[in-house]
Amino acid sequence: MRLIVNGEPCERDARDVAALFAIEAEARALPTEGIAIALNGRVVRKPSWPETLLSEGDRIEIVRAMQGG
Amino acid sequence: MTRHDTTLTAQGDDDLLEIAGQKLTSRLFIGTAGYPSQGIMADAVRASGAEVVTVSIRRVSLQGHGSDTFQKLKGARFLPNTAGCETARDAIMTAELAREALDTTWIKVEVIGNRETLYPDVVELMVACRHLVDDGFTVLPYCNDDPVICERLADMGCAAVMPMGSLIGSGMGVANPANLELICRRSPVPVVVDAGIGTASDAVIAMELGAAACLINTAVAKADDPVRMAAAMRHAVAAGRLAHLAGRIPRRGRAEPSSPQLGLVGS
Repeated sequence: MRLIVNGEPCERDARDVAALFAIEAEARALPTEGIAIALNGRVVRKPSWPETLLSEGDRIEIVRAMQGG
Repeated sequence: MTRHDTTLTAQGDDDLLEIAGQKLTSRLFIGTAGYPSQGIMADAVRASGAEVVTVSIRRVSLQGHGSDTFQKLKGARFLPNTAGCETARDAIMTAELAREALDTTWIKVEVIGNRETLYPDVVELMVACRHLVDDGFTVLPYCNDDPVICERLADMGCAAVMPMGSLIGSGMGVANPANLELICRRSPVPVVVDAGIGTASDAVIAMELGAAACLINTAVAKADDPVRMAAAMRHAVAAGRLAHLAGRIPRRGRAEPSSPQLGLVGS
């Protein structure tokens, strides 16, 4: 389905947040710790990733801790 | 600390910095951005003795990042920031993501009002801080060196206030020592001087004026030798704290001999 991941429109075969993260983690070599995900402006806690279903046009933010001051 | 202890340190058992009930081993908070390499960053953090390290929260990139700041600093107490946010809304969203990513309620709230000066937008800052305090965050706002703003932030429940020494990354030191002294004297919560520290003497001055801690990034990261400068800052913060506790002599406009004036040879 069509999603917007980190501001970029894309096509992903993922029914829920956990499945989407698995795809992105593989493509971007992401660690599993220090990561957070928001769906349409709301944080989805990690335990809820599998049960949080995605819909056409959803906006997903995947963020991580980086260097900062 | 006892008077006879010849190894006094600013981190003596009875002089621990406490923020939101958490006792901290160091009065130096260190930033993790802009180092020549992640390895040097990790070495500098170690040399600084800092327990609290700041990080930012950013979208993962399509290219992926080779370096993992989170893994490099595992075990540190993370203070995520909302750097770069220009609205309360973005700062709140970033704080919520940081809480989830790092499993901490601590947040350095930064809402920038002007991209050139990186001055805080205090109106948006107040909105963000009130929301985050109400939501259970331990809020440490980066703010102006304004006694009234600092008082308002403390009143609304911020765990500390972090007034600027001077502009972010400028290395200008404590631009308004009188203001900072006033803020430190009146603040009911710890005052962490954030931004502007350029070298060790700046950190000493901030601590002598009564700051509870200093948050330093650029001065260490961009020094010719970041690891050495991190060590210098560690000592500077400790020295300034000790001098503050010890109480300086008053300034005088005339000389005062320190040696006895009686029994001079030849008189």
